[in-house]
Amino acid sequence: MDSHEPLIFEMSRAERRGANLPDCDVERTDPALLLGAANLRDSLPLPEVSELDVVRHFTRLSQRNYAIDTGFYPLGSCTMKYNPRINERTASLPGFAGLHPLQPVETAQGALELIYLLQQHLADICGMYATTLQPSAGAHGELLSMMMIKAYHADRGDTKRKVVVIPDSAHGTNPASAASCGFKVKGIPSNSKGCTDLEQLKAALGDDTAALMLTNPNTVGLFESDITEICRLVHEAGGLVYCDGANMNAMLGLTRPGDMGFDVMHFNLHKTFSTPHGGGGPGCGAVSVKQLLEPYLPIPVVGKDEQSGKYAFDHARPKSIGKIHSFYGAFLIAVRAYTYIRALGPKGLRAVGENAVINANYIRTQLQESYDVAYGNPICMHEVVLTASRQKQRSGVRALDISKRLMDYGIHPPTNYFPLIVPEALMIEPTETESKQTLDHFIGVMKKIAVEAIECPEQLKTAPHFTPVSRLDETLAVKSLDLRYEPLFTDSEPKQ
Amino acid sequence: MAYISNTDTDRLEMLKAIGVNSFTDLLAPIPEAIRWQGDLPIPPALDEHNLYRHLSALAARNANAEQMACYLGAGIYDHFRPAVVGALASRGEFATAYTPYQPEMSQGMLQAVYEFQTMICGLTGMEISNASMYDAATSLAEAALMAVHTTGREQVVVLNNVHPNYREVVRTYMRSSSLEYVEASTQTVLDLITANTACVLTQSPDFFGCIQELAPISAAIHAVGGLLVVASDPVALALLKPPAQYDADVVVGEGQSLGNAMAFGGPLLGFFACKKKYVRSFPGRIVGGTVDAEGRRGYTMTLRTREQDIRREKATSNICTNQSLLALSATIYLSALGKNGLITAADLSLQKAHYACTELCKLPGVSMLMPDRPFFKEFALRLPVDPENVNEKLIAYGIIGGLSLTPYGSDLKNGWLICVTETKTRADIDALVMAVGNILSEGTH
Repeated sequence: MDSHEPLIFEMSRAERRGANLPDCDVERTDPALLLGAANLRDSLPLPEVSELDVVRHFTRLSQRNYAIDTGFYPLGSCTMKYNPRINERTASLPGFAGLHPLQPVETAQGALELIYLLQQHLADICGMYATTLQPSAGAHGELLSMMMIKAYHADRGDTKRKVVVIPDSAHGTNPASAASCGFKVKGIPSNSKGCTDLEQLKAALGDDTAALMLTNPNTVGLFESDITEICRLVHEAGGLVYCDGANMNAMLGLTRPGDMGFDVMHFNLHKTFSTPHGGGGPGCGAVSVKQLLEPYLPIPVVGKDEQSGKYAFDHARPKSIGKIHSFYGAFLIAVRAYTYIRALGPKGLRAVGENAVINANYIRTQLQESYDVAYGNPICMHEVVLTASRQKQRSGVRALDISKRLMDYGIHPPTNYFPLIVPEALMIEPTETESKQTLDHFIGVMKKIAVEAIECPEQLKTAPHFTPVSRLDETLAVKSLDLRYEPLFTDSEPKQ
Repeated sequence: MAYISNTDTDRLEMLKAIGVNSFTDLLAPIPEAIRWQGDLPIPPALDEHNLYRHLSALAARNANAEQMACYLGAGIYDHFRPAVVGALASRGEFATAYTPYQPEMSQGMLQAVYEFQTMICGLTGMEISNASMYDAATSLAEAALMAVHTTGREQVVVLNNVHPNYREVVRTYMRSSSLEYVEASTQTVLDLITANTACVLTQSPDFFGCIQELAPISAAIHAVGGLLVVASDPVALALLKPPAQYDADVVVGEGQSLGNAMAFGGPLLGFFACKKKYVRSFPGRIVGGTVDAEGRRGYTMTLRTREQDIRREKATSNICTNQSLLALSATIYLSALGKNGLITAADLSLQKAHYACTELCKLPGVSMLMPDRPFFKEFALRLPVDPENVNEKLIAYGIIGGLSLTPYGSDLKNGWLICVTETKTRADIDALVMAVGNILSEGTH
């Protein structure tokens, strides 16, 4: 099963077809007459395969892909929880999947109601005032938030606010999003406990501060205990506080960013609310705001007429930052997230938060002998960051080697080398959906690898040994760029 | 709760192993003043059966393209989707995987994305493609930003026959980066291109379904050293000359119609292809081929040093995610249809759209809005009445009518943008024509 799978282009045979299309039932006119001969292309380099070829090829490819459905996936900061199948069933209902975004709103009242309800539920879960579902990803939500903050200051005539303060533990998207919006990024170092350093923060704040971007719990998996003071300081300086909600899973039903003082946050519906990651998208980076930012939300906003009970799109919002998506965002992701929230209810969501925290702390305490826990092993929230510094010093085994060795035991590695402030970081997020048995198995494997790191370090440095391919030459991939199947473009006929 | 595996006994054992007496002890880092007490203000849980009923009831309040004949286009298209696409793309091994940061465990998705990039290059004629982006609108905005960065210029010229929503998104991005956004018509564009212009954003087929002439714009923008950006429809590209042959620098577009659901407009599939010389400045993820330690062929994400997690505020874009699962669907779709199937789908759309146009124009008072311009699968008509009224009455005939163009410009009053794909039979189209005929004649009495 692990044997080489050819590219679909290499399976191609002229005249083969994999789909049945109807015959033309209207009078046919030569496309050259309809479109102009000069506008037509000569050839189309696409494969020619049968339906069975397609099924086998993509089934085989799927077998060369690890996923939550196949095993434990403790990828820190990514919240790889189980994706319930009912979400897929509801999202594939023709009454959702078969809607055109421009059909009359009277014929899409169920869809608008779902959007409206999910927006409300998200706002209530995080303690904010209003929500938009339009951003397509977390980074898109960050960018939108920066746009709204910029518009807010500009609207008040406060034009000198050009700096966004970001701790050095932040996700890379934070500075990239702020910079994309024309802000100057000022980084602040974390303190010795892995949290925001209040003195550094005070020194960074000033009358040029537009905002602070903060992840809570932060990327070390630690709750920012000074959060209310942090928000107070930023507000005192005239800035707004943005919460990167990548780690919202830790807080569900336990605490709310709005109550901590944040003004705006993004959710990753594909993390916290269990919509499948799809191998890198689609996601949804819904953004919730306090009332002061509500006028700047992207258009259109879904509104409800309380008298008639009818829902409609509101485009007439003069302070809106404008449109950020071709239509209204990832609606089918919203359907899944809504299904999930309604499956769990308030008690279920709190149980998510609780079990996510218990699972992470269980791993932390069971592995604290074999590995060093970052920042002196404090109580963590939904994820724990280990460091392989000890292993590296003793036998040259790095976080990457431990990660690759985990693959040999059939487990997806944790996030490695992030956060950047922890050397040789291994960031482990078990999520609430994993059982104690699964965690015990993982813990056992991690302990075994810690022993291997001492006894047979080469075994780790050459790992993985049992995956469809072994360690890939990533330097070659950059040096000798191979971004498409060239024979398709150079041969007159696809390679036989 | 079925989604949580731990039992009460498990939890007690784990808390004991952690060394705390109760879960509350683990909340020590959260100050008491901000701990949430009681239930969140959301509705109580529903069991799976009643949950499905609730969602089905919401879905049933929407008219959908399975029950109704949908003639809307404007960026989202009701093309035929073979069963293999959903069956394969929904496999959990693909759907429940994360971004392939660990290539040894992600060869399936990585190879599929490499195939996707190859197919996008094939359709557009461009040298390189990324792994996909959010949607056509943001792809167009990212193309404009890339042009700004590579030319060092701050003005972007946008043709006014580009989809209005795409223009709005580009405008939002330009505004937030304090860049100059200039809108041009096909008449004024050549005059508006100056030595300060980073790029011209065009669309062909344009918002009205018509072929946009690219050669003169290409010559003008290249004469001043700017970039030609073309948004296109991948199904149309089965027939049309690829934008690369007009020397386009960037080609973007919406890949929804390649096997993905209309989905009320999302999630969508932006594609982004360009000339190889922009390989180090173009946005988004890219998959490349390489070899493993034993010399076996394999795939990995590459050129990652452009990306935000490494470059942070100096990244070429803040984009992190792509739309892998939709790119996978597109790849399966393009494999299943193949060269001849995609040409057939495009040709059927072309033929049926022209049949529908001819038949509708036989109705009294109905004419083409842009009679001199060749069109692909969409065409703009002028109706003798408000198209909104016609659309409203068409619902009773089981038809979702075209898009009223009245809000999109004073010269577009009573304009009606109709899209016809291969999913419509001659009988469907005849029914549309009869219904519109009935509605128009009722209106005159």
